[in-house]
Amino acid sequence: MEFKVPTMAELMAAGEEPEILFWVGCAGSYDERAQKITRDICKILHHVGIKYAVLGTEESCTGDPAKRAGNEFLFQMQAMTNIEVLNAYNIKKIVTGCPHCFNTIKNEYPGLGGTYEVIHHTQLIQDLINEGKLKAEGGESFKGKKITYHDPCYLGRGNGIYEAPRKALEVLDAQLVEMKRCKSNGLCCGAGGAQMFKEPEKGRKDINVERVEEALQTEPQFIAAGCPFCMTMLSDGIKLKDKEQEVKVLDIAEITARANGL
Amino acid sequence: MVAQIIFLVITLAAIALFTINLRKIIRNIRLGKPADRKDQPMKRLTTMLRVAFGQSKMVVRPIPAFLHFFVYIGFVIINIEVLEIMIDGLFGTHRIFYGLGGLYNFLIGSFEILAFTVWVSCAIFLVRRNSLKIKRFYGVEMTSWPKSDANYILITEILLMSAFLLMNAADAKLQLLGATHYVNAGAFPVSQYLMNLLPSTEQALIILERSCWWFHIIGILAFLNYLPYSKHFHILFAFPNTYFSNLEPKGEFTNMPSVTNEVKAMLDPSFVPADAAPGKFGAKDATDLTWVNLMNAYTCTECGRCTSVCPANITGKLLSPRKIMMDTRDRIAEIGKNIDKNGAEHQDGKSLLDDYISREEIWACTSCNACVEACPVNIDPLQIITELRRFTVMEESQAPSSINAMMGNIENNQAPWKYSPADRFNWAQES
Ligand code: SF4
Ligand code: SF4
Repeated sequence: MEFKVPTMAELMAAGEEPEILFWVGCAGSYDERAQKITRDICKILHHVGIKYAVLGTEESCTGDPAKRAGNEFLFQMQAMTNIEVLNAYNIKKIVTGCPHCFNTIKNEYPGLGGTYEVIHHTQLIQDLINEGKLKAEGGESFKGKKITYHDPCYLGRGNGIYEAPRKALEVLDAQLVEMKRCKSNGLCCGAGGAQMFKEPEKGRKDINVERVEEALQTEPQFIAAGCPFCMTMLSDGIKLKDKEQEVKVLDIAEITARANGL
Repeated sequence: MVAQIIFLVITLAAIALFTINLRKIIRNIRLGKPADRKDQPMKRLTTMLRVAFGQSKMVVRPIPAFLHFFVYIGFVIINIEVLEIMIDGLFGTHRIFYGLGGLYNFLIGSFEILAFTVWVSCAIFLVRRNSLKIKRFYGVEMTSWPKSDANYILITEILLMSAFLLMNAADAKLQLLGATHYVNAGAFPVSQYLMNLLPSTEQALIILERSCWWFHIIGILAFLNYLPYSKHFHILFAFPNTYFSNLEPKGEFTNMPSVTNEVKAMLDPSFVPADAAPGKFGAKDATDLTWVNLMNAYTCTECGRCTSVCPANITGKLLSPRKIMMDTRDRIAEIGKNIDKNGAEHQDGKSLLDDYISREEIWACTSCNACVEACPVNIDPLQIITELRRFTVMEESQAPSSINAMMGNIENNQAPWKYSPADRFNWAQES
């Protein structure tokens, strides 16, 4: 990375406060593929000159997978520890790189003493585009390219956010094609509800395969995602279908970074 | 006079029986745990008006929405007609409202048109259900009873509407014959076409008219008493069920307050919880669920919209959210029967988890909320699945081993994977 990613601890030491905290999430921190998305989100923040920071090693799992699996104890332990850190730094506004972190911090933390303004990175990108701070210029052109967007359940149905990611794609002047099941009728990638961490129950096929087959029906050049778990599931599906050469799965943040030459 | 007494007795018996059964269902629902759904009354009211009254979630599937709309409107409006039947039956009058004149003709005329559209819609529904292979009508849970239940409902509605139209046809013909007691009232845009099929003597017409009248009203009363045993109960419960539906974002799961107390006490030994007695975590049996979950179960119309969008079900897994709702209803009904027979303390040794819903089902859920989104009456199967998971994890420690590994990692490494917390910021070092 050509610039240094600022941490809360450093800012605090310098007596400064960021405009926004970037909550990276476990996948964004450790998963190799998702790390690239994390870095692209930082590049976008850096590029537009927003004063931001991350927690770095002070960040910890939000507890989402534990909660969805039914372990409310572990979830609340995680939540309360995180809230303590966030409140100690006097955090007001958070952007997340993952719809699961987004949902948990936005909806479930307030009841446990952590109230913040929380947005997902696709909303941030939409806002930046609206404010004219981000354009699709200076980088790769997506003009006329066929892109289909997969709605993450916890961003779409879970919180009703369907427009922001689509707006971020519209600015590319690309050819957006919707899958048969999209928006509130979207089909899950198969990772949510802690499924990511276990083998699926037996059935006719895996959920990500079903989803990828549907995406392929739109004959896209890119499948756009907005969630690191969807990214894993969709990429695995594409690999299984042997379509890695023709179809790329990219996060909205990656597409934005590329289009702006970041 | 005899007829009036018979009518009175039948009506009172039907209402009494219905009240008893309805009260049993409400008693069963009250066996559930408390849940706070009294906030934001205006938003609740508009939700109810939009979803139940306005049928807003039906439009996703236009054909059944269109047909269902006729049956629904028919049901709502024909109740005015039932009012007249009631008064006539009790006081021995005939078409008591005929004094309304032109308005009366308009009302009867529109009832006829509605009866006809109900008739046609139900006939199409019958064919759809039984001849077209529509997938959502063929789940594993759609065994003999749920399947015949749907058919009984449709056939009964067709019979009731037929009786209504035949009755009117006979009445119209009697009016033309100038029969005493048969006042000149009503408009018969549909049944006039049936008149030619009917006998021409006054005696035969009176017998036909009376038989249809009795059949129609006894049929309605019988149907009323069928409701508590049937998925058709939704015609009543759709309204309270949508009124009390969840208004929070679908992604938000409850933060169990009993757990909050324990966690606070763990993090801060000086913390004293406001109320002790945490009870059981999650749900093993139907009575561990909230009354909202149980009301949901009685409201389910078994339409299968939830199951047809469930990613687990679509890909051939055992999970079917419709089955979750039907199992919950069957189990709480069974508990209710046990209480009626053997008293409130009776235990039958069974439970919702394992005896009705298997672990394979609950662990197949991706918590995607597709079922919740799809339900036309705002039922939430996901909440029940979550409560059952909570029981297996927090009370029994019986999660699948890979889930245990994930939870162990969160506990020890603050991430669901086995990486060192010290490496969490490494992504910033690479390019
Ligand atoms: S939330 Fe669970 S039960 Fe409901 S549709 Fe999704 S996977 Fe199926
Ligand atoms: S839960 Fe809702 S969608 Fe599912 S079968 Fe019942 S009424 Fe239909």
